[in-house]
Amino acid sequence: MSKWSLVTKGFVKDNPTFVLVLGMCPTLATTTSAINGLEMGLATLFVLVLSNMAISALAPLVPDKVHIPVYIVVIATFVTVLQLLMQAYMPAAYATLGLFIPLIVVNCIVLGRAEAFANKNTVIDSALDGIGVGLGFTLSLTVIGLVREILGSGSAFGFKFIPGDGILAFVMAPGAFLVLGYLMVLFNKYLKK
Amino acid sequence: MATQSTLKNMLLCLTLVCLVCAAILGGAYAMTYNPIKQANENILKASIGAVLPEGGTISDQKTASYGGRTYTYYEQLSGDAVQAYAVKSATTGFGGTLELMVGVLPDGTVNSTRVLSHSETPGLGAKCQTDARFIDQFKGLGPDKSVKLRADGGDVDAITASTITSRAYTLAVSNAVEVVKSLKKEN
Repeated sequence: MSKWSLVTKGFVKDNPTFVLVLGMCPTLATTTSAINGLEMGLATLFVLVLSNMAISALAPLVPDKVHIPVYIVVIATFVTVLQLLMQAYMPAAYATLGLFIPLIVVNCIVLGRAEAFANKNTVIDSALDGIGVGLGFTLSLTVIGLVREILGSGSAFGFKFIPGDGILAFVMAPGAFLVLGYLMVLFNKYLKK
Repeated sequence: MATQSTLKNMLLCLTLVCLVCAAILGGAYAMTYNPIKQANENILKASIGAVLPEGGTISDQKTASYGGRTYTYYEQLSGDAVQAYAVKSATTGFGGTLELMVGVLPDGTVNSTRVLSHSETPGLGAKCQTDARFIDQFKGLGPDKSVKLRADGGDVDAITASTITSRAYTLAVSNAVEVVKSLKKEN
């Protein structure tokens, strides 16, 4: 597999949201607007790339029976570092995402890539895989957030272009399920061959 | 092929990984300690500035108790006289704690309010941060007009479909006013 396809397979073929259907908790909860989705995606990307690299470097040294605890400790470390960095330098983003940053630890995408890819590939390939899957996740969350924001608040990326209140349901949980479902249908019909 | 899963190997591996991770975390904590403190202070200062009239200097943090709870507040001084108070006031909203910064003049008039943190429903209760029609109603309330929702016999119109949030917000403002009034009595 070429290096480039390691990155691009995360967008369509192995898209974590629409194809693998992983990480649904942050997907449904943080996509109330395009910006929130984008920020959540990038936060996950950060953790995914670093944890993939660390785990692919560590994997040969870790005894089988304790590999899951070791991976979780490594992932939790990067998540906490991210949390501290966001508190220090991006307090506004931290305030909106809040609880969902520490929850990246248990995001199936991160542990899933560690198990399915990073522990049997080289550090560089694992980094590329992390970038690809992370960008795919970011893209999916941003699109879901954008659709929900347009329908629910009449704005896009915080820029309001439809006056009035919008369809409230789309900002709340039912809208998250509806938008995710319909986007998944469209995605699988037109993009995934 | 992975290292064999003997007790010694497992112990060694987990211990080492945890040690390294702890060291990384310690480093990150030490590195971000001051920037985080700075960022939190900036947010606090901005919120104090936003709820008080212009001018004057802000005092250090002080505390007062009212109704069995402790409130943190800041005095805005011009010369020796207190020009206004900024009171941090928390109540329980629909989704969790709703924390406000409330600017109150010495006679108990509300100057302005701002949300510090909340967990209200996006699109409904969360509008209490941005809905100017709701927020602007509080200005001038306090000394003779009580701070209450219209549904509870006051003058404040609730945010549509968010009565619980609006009631929590109103209670937080009203508590802040009472804190300032009780301060005046003490002096």
